[in-house]
Amino acid sequence: MAKPMEQIKWQELEPGAVVTEVGSAREYHTGTWRSARPVVDSKGCIRCGVCWLFCPDAAIIRAEDGHFEADLTYCKGCGICARECPTGCITMMAEEEE
Amino acid sequence: MGGKRKGIEVSLAIAEAVGQANADVIAAYPITPQTHIVEHLSELVANGELDAEFVPVESEHSAMSVCCGSAAVGARTFTSTSSQGLALMSEIFFIASSMRLPMVMALANRSLSGPLSIWNDHTDTMMVRDAGWIHVFVENGQDAYDHIFWAFRVGEDPDVLLPVAVNFDGFILTHMIEPIEYEKDETIKRYLPEFRLKNALHPDKPVSMGCFGMPEIYTEAQMSREDGVTGSYPTIIKAWEEWGELTGRQYHPIETYRADDAEYCIVTMGSYGETAMEVVDTLREEGEKVGVVKIRLWRPFPFDEFRGAVLGKKALIVIDRAISFGGPGGPVASELRSALYKKEGSPVIVNYVAGLAGRDVSRNDFRNIILEGKAKAESGDTEGFILYGLRG
Repeated sequence: MAKPMEQIKWQELEPGAVVTEVGSAREYHTGTWRSARPVVDSKGCIRCGVCWLFCPDAAIIRAEDGHFEADLTYCKGCGICARECPTGCITMMAEEEE
Repeated sequence: MGGKRKGIEVSLAIAEAVGQANADVIAAYPITPQTHIVEHLSELVANGELDAEFVPVESEHSAMSVCCGSAAVGARTFTSTSSQGLALMSEIFFIASSMRLPMVMALANRSLSGPLSIWNDHTDTMMVRDAGWIHVFVENGQDAYDHIFWAFRVGEDPDVLLPVAVNFDGFILTHMIEPIEYEKDETIKRYLPEFRLKNALHPDKPVSMGCFGMPEIYTEAQMSREDGVTGSYPTIIKAWEEWGELTGRQYHPIETYRADDAEYCIVTMGSYGETAMEVVDTLREEGEKVGVVKIRLWRPFPFDEFRGAVLGKKALIVIDRAISFGGPGGPVASELRSALYKKEGSPVIVNYVAGLAGRDVSRNDFRNIILEGKAKAESGDTEGFILYGLRG
């Protein structure tokens, strides 16, 4: 897998900083950007997948029992899932709150 | 060696050179004084004489964007512009070099607005001086024709991968009819290998281009660009040497005329070198120890060759074709001052800004500039710059 960005020396870059490794964005944990996280009340989740469709970062994953939840490694906390959820079972909780 | 000699407008010769170089994609928007180049290219394509994609875009911003896309798949790419067109392209102009996409631009140098002007100086190209392109300045029509092939050869070299701007003076060259020696297609074929881009966009080998650069990587990416431009130098020299062997016309990053024993040299870039040489001949007859130093390669700047040509001279009289407002003088003189700072035997520099927006600089003007510059150097009056011919 790709080296973390902060370890790459300039000589190791391809000309034009072209990235030749497919899927290397996986190494970039955008979850650190988040100031609020989506919390799913799984009892209210009707497993419709609307949150999964709307998430701009493909950061909603399907749990084994079929309900949806956020992948906090990549979720930036935009809140679109909470806004679009038809049952209102997703709430955004500030990161500093337990 | 040498091909057929033809009397032709320089713009048309440039277009025909692009045709001989077998360009795959041409995307450009017409703008004075570059228009005849793309007009003629569109004719060549429409007549079936050149098998290329001619993309008649709606603006220069799109022209440069098309060129980036075309170069990214490994197609031989050409564009041409001037002045406001370059300004409109400037956003993507920087991206072409940062993504290391080889393409050739014939940049017909013209003043920038305002006041609105269509005439020649170097204010447009100086705007993109720091964009990470290779910049060469040509002096006459033959030179312009030759450098189209050279530019493709250098920019597309796997060790270089950079866009190249061939700068040539608007109207003074674009609209001039000159005798130009055309090289045979076989000669061009021998000189110019097929363009193969290692990391070209292709479904068989996916790559990502133009990615977001976080603070953790931006500095390294910029160093890689700096190394790319500076590191292109040996390829540039080799491409000139081979062109010289094939055609008998030899070019150098810094060219001099009667400068070996000169005490004072006039420094020019572009077509002014021709007039300067004539005037130096006359002044030599009068016993003045003067010569000409011409800067052909602007980026990467040939520091060693430049210093080698001028260290030990008493003074350089540098003609700039642009002003850095509120700055240290014309952009060329200020770079030369910095290149010579604290070097042993460095000449003083007297800086003239002349010929803005096509104002004629005649032989007599060159004579005045050289003699007045020499007097200023002798009296120690070398600060700032002189706006030559200014009324008031």
